[in-house]
Amino acid sequence: MTELTVAPLADVTMPRPRGSVRGRLQDALPKIVLAPSFAAILLFVYGFILWTMYLSFTNSKAFANNNFVGLKNYQQLWTWTFETDPPSNWYTAIVNMGLFGSLYVVCCLALGLTLAILLDQKIRGEGFLRPIYLYPLALSFIVTGTAWKLFLDPGIGLEKAVRDLGWTSFSFDWVVNPRMMIYCVAIAGIWASSGFVMALFLAGLRGIDSEILKAAQIDGASGFAMYRRIIIPIMRPVFFSALIILTHLAIKSYDLVLSVTGKNPGGAAELPSTFMYTFTFTRNQMAVGSASAVIMLMAIAAIMVPYLYSELRDKGQ
Amino acid sequence: MKFRTKLLAGVMFASVVGVAVSAQAAEVKEVQMLHWWTSGGEAAALNVLKQDLAKEGFAWKDVPVAGGGGEGAMTALKAMVAAGNPPTASQILGYFAVDYAEAGKLGDITSLATKENWAKVVPTALQKFTTTNGKWDAVPVNIHSVNWVWINKAVMEKIGGTEPKTFDDFVALLDKAKAAGVIPLALGGQPWQEATLFDSVVASTGGIEFYKKAFVDLDESALKSDTMKKAFDNLAKLRAYTDPNYAGRDWNLATAMVIKGDALVQVMGDWAKGEFKAANKEAGKDFLCYRFPGTDGSVIYNTDMFAMFNVPADRKAAQLALADATMSISFQSAFNVVKGSVPARMDVPDTAFDACGKKGIADVKAANADGKFVGSMAQNYAQPPAVAGAYHDVVTKFFHGEIKTSDSAVTELVKALNAAK
Repeated sequence: MTELTVAPLADVTMPRPRGSVRGRLQDALPKIVLAPSFAAILLFVYGFILWTMYLSFTNSKAFANNNFVGLKNYQQLWTWTFETDPPSNWYTAIVNMGLFGSLYVVCCLALGLTLAILLDQKIRGEGFLRPIYLYPLALSFIVTGTAWKLFLDPGIGLEKAVRDLGWTSFSFDWVVNPRMMIYCVAIAGIWASSGFVMALFLAGLRGIDSEILKAAQIDGASGFAMYRRIIIPIMRPVFFSALIILTHLAIKSYDLVLSVTGKNPGGAAELPSTFMYTFTFTRNQMAVGSASAVIMLMAIAAIMVPYLYSELRDKGQ
Repeated sequence: MKFRTKLLAGVMFASVVGVAVSAQAAEVKEVQMLHWWTSGGEAAALNVLKQDLAKEGFAWKDVPVAGGGGEGAMTALKAMVAAGNPPTASQILGYFAVDYAEAGKLGDITSLATKENWAKVVPTALQKFTTTNGKWDAVPVNIHSVNWVWINKAVMEKIGGTEPKTFDDFVALLDKAKAAGVIPLALGGQPWQEATLFDSVVASTGGIEFYKKAFVDLDESALKSDTMKKAFDNLAKLRAYTDPNYAGRDWNLATAMVIKGDALVQVMGDWAKGEFKAANKEAGKDFLCYRFPGTDGSVIYNTDMFAMFNVPADRKAAQLALADATMSISFQSAFNVVKGSVPARMDVPDTAFDACGKKGIADVKAANADGKFVGSMAQNYAQPPAVAGAYHDVVTKFFHGEIKTSDSAVTELVKALNAAK
C-alpha cells in the first residue's frame, strides 16, 4: 500500500530542467498542491493533540483555562484504574475496551478471511453475494446498533421469536444484562465490519500471481497447504491494512456502544471514547477528559508504533 | 498573462462581495436560535414564538445542530461560543447556564426584566439560573417537575387501586398490580431515569427539607445518614416491580407501556404527559397524575431556558424582542399546554390547561410560597454537571447491583460527590 502511494510522488518530484518560470513552477507544483492539506493536518491533528495535552495539565472545567495543576488529572485516572468494587467508570472503560477491541479485531479478521477464501472458489453468483456481505458497511453505526438492540431485545426480538416457535426455555438476555452488554456491542460491530474486511482480503487474493500457485500445484501442494504456506503469508500487507483500520474503528467506536446499550445502564457499557466525551462535554470536566484522551493516544501509540516500525522496516529492505 | 487577469478578476469580485456583506451588517433583524425542539408538538409550539417575532419584523433562523438531542446541541453551542460567534439565544439547561454566565459569555437583559417585573412572577429558586449577580441573562420557558407518577386509569380500576399517599401505599399498590398480572412499574433502565426516580424516592423518604440538605447543600451528615440508606433501600424495593427487560429502555417506551395498559405506573417528569397527549389520551379520563407518594406539596423542578448571549450591538434589539416574546403570557400558556409542563410565570391563567396542568400550576405556586420548590439533582438543577454525573453513576450502579448494599451505596455517594466537587 505504502509503496503505491509513495511511487507517483517520487516520480513527480524528479528534477527537471531549470531556468524557465514554467519549469520552476512545475517543480514547485507538488509542494504547492500538498501544502494546504499538510498545513491543515499539522494544525488540526497534531496541533490539537498538543492542545489536548496542554489541557490535561490544567483544571479546565466547562471551558479551557490556564490554571496548571500538574499531574492531578492523571493521578485521578490512575486511582480509578484500580477501583474495582464497585468498578469505577474508567476501570469499566478499560476492561470493556480490551474485551470489545480484541473480539472485534480477531473475529472480523477471521470471518473476513474465511468469507473471502470461500468466495474466491470461483463460485456462481459471486457478484450477487459480494455486495450482500459488504452492505452492512453502508449503514451507519447508529442504525446498526439500534437494529441489533431491537433484534436482541428479549421482549420483542430473538428470544421471543424462538419461544414463540416452541422452545419456551430459550433465554438470550445479553442486551439487557449489564454484564453481558459489551458482547452484544461486539456482535453488532463484527456484523457491520467483517464484510469490509472480506472485500480487502478478496482484493488481496485476486492480486496473487497465478504462476506461483501453478508452481505450487505442480509440486503437489494440497489446497490447505497452499493457503497456509503461500497465500496467507503473501497477504501479509492486507492483514496489516485491515488491522490498522479495525483497531482504529474499535478504539473510536462511540455511536455503536451507545445505540446498542441504551445510554450506559449501570455504567457497564463505558468505553474510553464514551468516558472521554462524557467528561469533556456533558460533565464539564474537560481536564479529566483531556487526560483520558492523552492516555488513549499513548495506548494506541504503544501498540501501533512498534508494529508500524517492524512492518515498514521490512518493506524498506 | 491569462493567469494574472483571472487573479485580478477574482480579487475584484471578492471585494465587491465584501462591500455587499458589510453594507448588510448595519442592521440585523434576525434571531439566531439554537434549540432541539424539532419534533412534532414542540416544533409546533415554538412556531407560535416565530410568528410573534415575525409580527415585529424579526426573522427567525434556526442554528442547525447535527445529531439532534440536547447533548449534541450543547457541544455545538460550546464550539460556537468558543469561536466568538454565539447565537442570539440558545435553549439551555441547568448549570450550563451558570457556566456560560460565569465565563462572561452571556448578555444583559435586566432593563427589560425590571420593566416587566419578572423577579415577582418567576419562582425565586429558579432565578438562580436566569440571573447572575442580580443581572438577568436568560429567560425561563417552562417549569417541569420530576416528582410525578403517571397511572393508566383502566388498569387502576381493574386492580381496584386508590391514590397512594405514602411510600408504603405505593408499594402496596404495586403489589396489587403484580398479583393481577400487570407489570407494576414501567421503568427505563438508563442512568438519568434511575437517578430521576431516586430524586423522588429521597424526597419521599426523608422529606423535602432532607432532600435540600443532602443535594442542594451537599451536607455530608445528611448524605451519610440512615435516612439516605433507607432511601436506597426503598429504591431497591422498587426494582422488584419492573419487568426483566428494563435495562437501557428509553423513557418514552416506558411511557408507552403505561399508555397501552401493559404496565400500571411510570415515575417520570411531566414531559411524559406529551406522550399521553400524542396518543390522544385525556388527563383524568384515560390516565391519572399524582405527585410521587409522600412528596405532595413539593416540586422538584427542572426548566428549559433561553440563554441570551453577549451579542454585538446590532443584534441586541432582536435579542430583547425574543426575550420579551418568550416571557409573554400568551406564549407561556400556548407553549406549555402542548409541552406538558407549566408556565415559568406564576401569573399565567390555567384555563387552557388540563387537570394535570392545573394541578402543576397550583403546586408550583404553593411550593414557591412554602420554600418547597427545589431543583432536581438528576436533571442538573441542584448541582453542577460533574456532581450530578457522579450521582447518576452511584444510583445506576446500585440499581443494577454493582454496588450491593445501601451501606456501601452511601459511602460511594459521599466519595463520588466529593471527588466531583
